[in-house]
Amino acid sequence: MILRLISIIRKEFVQIIRDPRTLGLTFMLPLVMLFLLGYSATNDVNNIPLVVLDQDLSQKSRELLDAYRAADYFHLAFFVTNVEDMRFLIDSNKARAGIIIPHDFGKTISTGKVAHVAFVIDGSDPTLAGTELSAASAIGQAESSKIITLRISLSGLRGQLAPVEVDTQVWYNPDLVSADYMIPALIGLILQVLTTILTSTSIVRERERGTIEQLIVTPIRSWELVVGKLVPYVLIAFFDTFEILLVGVLIFKVPINGSLGLFLGMIGLFLVTTLGLGLLISTISNTQQEAMLTTMFTILPSIFLSGFFFPLAAMPAALQIISYAIPLRYFLIIARGIVLKGVGVDAIWTEILSLAVFAVVVMGAAAARFHKRLD
Amino acid sequence: MYDNYTLIASHLSRSFGATHAVEDVSLAVAAGEIYGLVGPDGAGKTTTLRLICGSLKLNSGTVSIGGVSLERHPEQARAKIGYLSQSFSLYEELTVLENIRFLAEVRGLARKEWLSRARENLAFVGLDAFRGRRTGQLSGGMKQKLSLACALVNRPRLLLLDEPTTGVDPVTRQDFWQLIIRLAGDQGIAVLVCTPYMDEATRCSRVGFLRAGKIIVEGSPRFLREKLRGRVLELSGTPRELLAKIARSDPAVQDTQRFGDRLHLLVDADQAEHVRTRLEEQITAGGGQIDRLKEITPLLEDVFIDLAEEK
Repeated sequence: MILRLISIIRKEFVQIIRDPRTLGLTFMLPLVMLFLLGYSATNDVNNIPLVVLDQDLSQKSRELLDAYRAADYFHLAFFVTNVEDMRFLIDSNKARAGIIIPHDFGKTISTGKVAHVAFVIDGSDPTLAGTELSAASAIGQAESSKIITLRISLSGLRGQLAPVEVDTQVWYNPDLVSADYMIPALIGLILQVLTTILTSTSIVRERERGTIEQLIVTPIRSWELVVGKLVPYVLIAFFDTFEILLVGVLIFKVPINGSLGLFLGMIGLFLVTTLGLGLLISTISNTQQEAMLTTMFTILPSIFLSGFFFPLAAMPAALQIISYAIPLRYFLIIARGIVLKGVGVDAIWTEILSLAVFAVVVMGAAAARFHKRLD
Repeated sequence: MYDNYTLIASHLSRSFGATHAVEDVSLAVAAGEIYGLVGPDGAGKTTTLRLICGSLKLNSGTVSIGGVSLERHPEQARAKIGYLSQSFSLYEELTVLENIRFLAEVRGLARKEWLSRARENLAFVGLDAFRGRRTGQLSGGMKQKLSLACALVNRPRLLLLDEPTTGVDPVTRQDFWQLIIRLAGDQGIAVLVCTPYMDEATRCSRVGFLRAGKIIVEGSPRFLREKLRGRVLELSGTPRELLAKIARSDPAVQDTQRFGDRLHLLVDADQAEHVRTRLEEQITAGGGQIDRLKEITPLLEDVFIDLAEEK
């Protein structure tokens, strides 16, 4: 029995090694996805080109512009003298935002009234626009409290200048680096894509090429065939995990704050689910192409409804409910919890339990459906 | 007498949806016997073989191999089977020897045993020199010989061959049949072979004719040909179109079949003499010339065509 298993595992490895496409997919896919997503899927915004229409040209207006210049968010790229030029620069995507300072700006402030500044934002990219919006108002508010402070101190009043001071502190990812957030999640996504595709196609391939007919007349039992086929992919999955972690730590400088052992254990638990999914897909597909398409069908919701790209809290209630049916959702919370926050089992036990339930149900259903027969 | 049969399949039935692929098929193959399963495409030959090796589930019926029930002890029964499926079923990425090794190991051969057994079988089919070659690079005939070597690795008592020589050149076909005849004759292996070729069916000890999932006739090739004795006329002459036209229009001719420059006419029972006289008259009257018109010993092809066309 053990000997039979070893024979199947060895055969499977020889097949993987001699198939350059599978080999490439196995070892290059994680790196390609890592670099693509590590660099491109970032929400870190800075150096947005800003066009300035300063009609006032006073000391006050220069101070305001200096405040914008000082923040990393904006780069004062253009200075224009009329609204048409500003519109042209934004329309042609040379600038993403514009600031208009009216000609009475300095005078209005000096008289103690409220001065208005117009800030124009290109809303075609909502993510970018959101950042611009908050950055623009934050800088403006900082500037106005500076002016108030100055006024109060000039008027000779004493005491607290600002009644409420909000001191924000960012825990766990203090510099708000996207890579730190993306890479633990990426391990989950890559493992799901890779193991589901590889197991489903490798089992379907036996059927498609007719090799299953020979396996059927051997004494190999169904479960031996399943285990023999899954073991190589478990090893590959862990190899890929180390590959991603290594690149993540060395190149993207992702800190691993929690227990690596717990993290690997959780990966093992997640793999039971994804391998089971691959096995389940193989029982309903007749060709490798069918298996591939069905796998893609499961991957898309996993990307969008797991909180991989978009925060679940921002989704409509119906989608949030659906997201509970997506195993990756739980793994992402676990992975980000362990890697970013350094938490232990006590903080994420509900997610671990949910993932375990998925693992048992999916693998159980797949094992029940898998028969070493043609019909 | 049942003790001598290696394979006893009784009342096998299997349907796919509303189609009865195999209906109440019973057959037995004795040790050393070559049983040929013939019939048109879609008659149920492959399904019958798959039911016997257990890769398809039976709706009803029983299969016993070497006295072991396939339903009750599937793995024990399968251990006695060597199976060559219709499509090539070995791994193209593996070498010749790796394929045999894999199948030997999963069939439980010890580490010490498999290599000598593999080499012995490769030598038997004449592939020992190619043992290090990738299986995907073998020719069609070599692949079939390798499949045979793999099927023999566990010393089976029953060999199931599903159209083993389809797409194989005539010389290799000849080789292949010599191997099968030796296996049956020298080692007493029971062989059940599906084939679309009548010359191959002629080599079998017994032939079962399958049509629409049922065995309609069974017997030795000689016995089957006897069934049509006196009912096949051979006709040749010029012009051929005229001969064929007149033969087809004769009320007692059931079927005409061209074999090279000759025509085989299947005639109603006891009508051969009448047909002969009629054709001679009509062809001469039509301006044609007969070189040859006489009753012949039917070929298995004639039997096949008669049986395949339901009347």
